[in-house]
Amino acid sequence: MNPDSERVDPIEVDARGLRCPLPVIRLAQAARDAPAGTCIVVLASDPAARYDIAAWCRMRDHELRELTEVSEMTAVSDSSGKNGPPAQSDHLGYLRFVVLVGPQQSKAGGTGSGSERSSRAM
Amino acid sequence: MLPAARATLMAALDAGWADPRRLYTEGRGARALLDQAREVFAQGLGVRPAEVSFLPSGPAALRTGLEGLRHAGRRRGARMAATAVEHSAILVTGRYHAAAAQDPSLFAEVPVDRLGRVDLSALEQAVVVPGTVLAAVQSANGEIGTRQPLERAHALCRTHGVPLLVDAMASLGRDAPPRHFDVLAGDARSWGGPSGLGVLVVPERTRWRRPGPASEVENGRTDVEPMIALALAAAEAWRQTEANRTEQIASSSAIIRRLRAAAGNLSDVNVVGDPLDRLPHVLTFSLLYVDGEALVIELDRRGFALGSGSACTSSTLEPSHVLAATGMLTHGNVRVTLPLDPIAPTLDDDVNRFIAELPDAVAAVRAHLGASDL
Repeated sequence: MNPDSERVDPIEVDARGLRCPLPVIRLAQAARDAPAGTCIVVLASDPAARYDIAAWCRMRDHELRELTEVSEMTAVSDSSGKNGPPAQSDHLGYLRFVVLVGPQQSKAGGTGSGSERSSRAM
Repeated sequence: MLPAARATLMAALDAGWADPRRLYTEGRGARALLDQAREVFAQGLGVRPAEVSFLPSGPAALRTGLEGLRHAGRRRGARMAATAVEHSAILVTGRYHAAAAQDPSLFAEVPVDRLGRVDLSALEQAVVVPGTVLAAVQSANGEIGTRQPLERAHALCRTHGVPLLVDAMASLGRDAPPRHFDVLAGDARSWGGPSGLGVLVVPERTRWRRPGPASEVENGRTDVEPMIALALAAAEAWRQTEANRTEQIASSSAIIRRLRAAAGNLSDVNVVGDPLDRLPHVLTFSLLYVDGEALVIELDRRGFALGSGSACTSSTLEPSHVLAATGMLTHGNVRVTLPLDPIAPTLDDDVNRFIAELPDAVAAVRAHLGASDL
């Protein structure tokens, strides 16, 4: 909201290798306690994340600032040179989202019927 | 399949075995049966019998319809346009041709709005490009139910001299048959007929030519001889479904309205598709923080057989292209397709039980992912 959002360090959520709906859940967990204006960078390789993170931002009044496709050439570099298929070698590419946390809704007290949070079918 | 269609299918296996092109008695009998079936569809769809062909499936009919328009238009170009929510038989074929020619501009995917309805001005921009030889617009989407504005799409295509291919696989038998098309495709399963039978309608006014050598089968629109028993069973199912269509629409719509209200009461839900201008018998909704596969399994455990458009339930791990095109959540998706009344006599009770159990099932799956308080 206000322009000094850069003050806050961005939070990174690495959800690569996770399938839907886990990337969105990881992001929501990170956003839950973050103050408005916090920047969250999400990395996800699940193809559904492209649509679902955008939809989540809309449902929760957060802002999707950026969405970039990152193609990864160096899948093995982090496994300390040792053998073995890197656990996540299927990351031929992934998506990088930058989400700006919006004004949090009243904490809505957990599960409940949650009617005020349910989005309209628009 | 409707019981009457099944009875027809079994009886026709005995009567319709002969080659309808042969001149011996059984062959002529088979011919007559096939022509009867064709007559039923011609009448129901408001076209001439010679314009109706039977193909091995709805998607086969659709793809054949596309290839014939494309081939007939080859001197004008090879460009095609389709809405982003078309059946994969259209999208995959269109992308294939564009990739094969190494020219992405040969296939234009026209965006839809949040309800899944085609953007007509984008459609016009797509068909106005010289060399466009067809536009594909479905009558309604089988996943989200939204109807497309066929009359306006057809008028707009006609203005630019581009034939309109209409996929009516989701709507035939469930909704009034489309009247605005240049080529039409349908699938017998949608009106309670057997699987293994598609219907392709190519009106005489339409410039259409099947690629490849000429064929004598089905007015030259396929080289696969239709199985007569399937065609007869499909025609019997059509007769029955059309006779009961008004009542069927009323009962399906009432159930879908209840289901829609129940889904809308869940927390964090996207109920997808147009609430009013839609097919009467389908509903889909997506739930935030829900694993679609887990939910389908949980509901199955409770005795409900439902589909899902979520990535985790598909073999490719790609989410439904229809949900993606509408911008709705793709995860936690549940797809309801109501059977025809004669097939499901206990439907009303089943739906009541489903509505009663759905909130629990959703809560169970959400709790399992630790997402109850997000």
